[in-house]
Amino acid sequence: MSNIYAVTGNEAVANALRQINPDVCAAYPITPQTDLMQRFASFVSDGLVDTEMILVESEHSAMSACVGASAAGGRAVTATSGPGLALMWEILFVASGMRLPILMPVVNRSLSAPLNIHGDHSDAMGARDSGWVQLWSENAQEAYDNTVQALLIAEHMDIRLPIMVCLDGFIISHSIERVEYLDDDIVKNFVGTYKPQNPLLDIQHPKSIGPLILPDLYTEYKRTQHEAMSKVKNIVLKTADDFAKISGRKYSLFETYRLDDAEIGIVILNSAAGTTKDVIDIYREKGIKVGLLKPRLFRPFPYEEIRETLQHLKALCVLDRCDSFGAFGPLYTEIASSLYLSENKPIMINKIYGLGGRDYMPEHAKIVIEELIEIANTGKVKLFKDYLGVRE
Amino acid sequence: MKLKGWKEITPGAVILEAGSSAEFKTGSWRAYKPVWIKENCIQCLFCWLYCPDMAIKVKDGKREEFDYDYCKGCGICALECPGKKGKKAIVMEEEGN
Repeated sequence: MSNIYAVTGNEAVANALRQINPDVCAAYPITPQTDLMQRFASFVSDGLVDTEMILVESEHSAMSACVGASAAGGRAVTATSGPGLALMWEILFVASGMRLPILMPVVNRSLSAPLNIHGDHSDAMGARDSGWVQLWSENAQEAYDNTVQALLIAEHMDIRLPIMVCLDGFIISHSIERVEYLDDDIVKNFVGTYKPQNPLLDIQHPKSIGPLILPDLYTEYKRTQHEAMSKVKNIVLKTADDFAKISGRKYSLFETYRLDDAEIGIVILNSAAGTTKDVIDIYREKGIKVGLLKPRLFRPFPYEEIRETLQHLKALCVLDRCDSFGAFGPLYTEIASSLYLSENKPIMINKIYGLGGRDYMPEHAKIVIEELIEIANTGKVKLFKDYLGVRE
Repeated sequence: MKLKGWKEITPGAVILEAGSSAEFKTGSWRAYKPVWIKENCIQCLFCWLYCPDMAIKVKDGKREEFDYDYCKGCGICALECPGKKGKKAIVMEEEGN
């Protein structure tokens, strides 16, 4: 029987969660994530999973319940979007500081005000320093595949960190695409049985969690979180290798597209990468050497690998679907940090695009490529940071 | 006590021994110190009851001296103390005087 279905991104991720069969799921509805958790709640009601579903009164409580469940020794999941992630803020740091491997799909949405429910990376970008691992997904297939791989990364005994799987709100969460599922048994074997570290329910060994740590030790605990993060890269690559064996689909720290011999390049996250690749093909036919890099692992950020991949370019544009008002976009600053140690680095510009779900169209990619051609030829930049497709 | 380095601590600050809070001498936080005036004490044990820590030592149903290792000097005992004939059996004094 074929495992190929026409499903939305939310449906694909909900199905991955069903196959994972977590012990506890605490969730609160928020657009565009609602449909994901609604589908998962149906699996719970239909007895297709053994999960204890906790319906809470806010995202702050959802993450708190996940922290409790995970500390008790269970495999805990939730999902959220935009303002829901913002409301979890405090507890995101509790989850990572307590080293609890919670899995959370984040269906990326903008932040208010003005009130907006659409696809935008402001939510997860704001949480980039919360100590969570972040995987980003271009389409429903990648969102499904990343969800299946996420727990193996989070629960690795060398790291024990919570993990977000990011997918674009509406553009991916609500669009129907071709997705190839793995068999239930294959996913079950792949994610294996959860082995908790120091679970509270091990009552033969009483312990305290979440203690007060004063200035004499706080820095040391933060240093251990950095150490754990520094081990994530290799575990992501090892997990991707194992995943390729069961799926035939290959993943890495980032994806490159026609970049090896490129002279100009674009760095862009998630769904807009697909549109950009199509436009790159058009320019390649005209003989323009343009390529793309799409980050997958954003936290921890693979600085060295990205430096080696981009340093040969003459001009580079980093596109951010998120703004940092009065500063460069968050992806731009990371790419700039990567390239700083390079002797020959490209001229770099930053474009803010697609905020609040504004469509990113092929003509936007064309504007960027035309500007990069001009910069590569003249070495001159008009504006280092600008807005793509904004009306004057 | 030698402080631990980052390679020696448990992940997520989990404390693996039970009852380890006794090692944390919170009395060092104190700015005001309760002083017990024994002759004004009627042994009502209100101080023992109200103390948010366990800083009032009791033996054979009678209160004894404060446990200054853990008393943070909150002053609740002095506030609640009924004393004897209008004279408090617990008064707060500034530390270091």
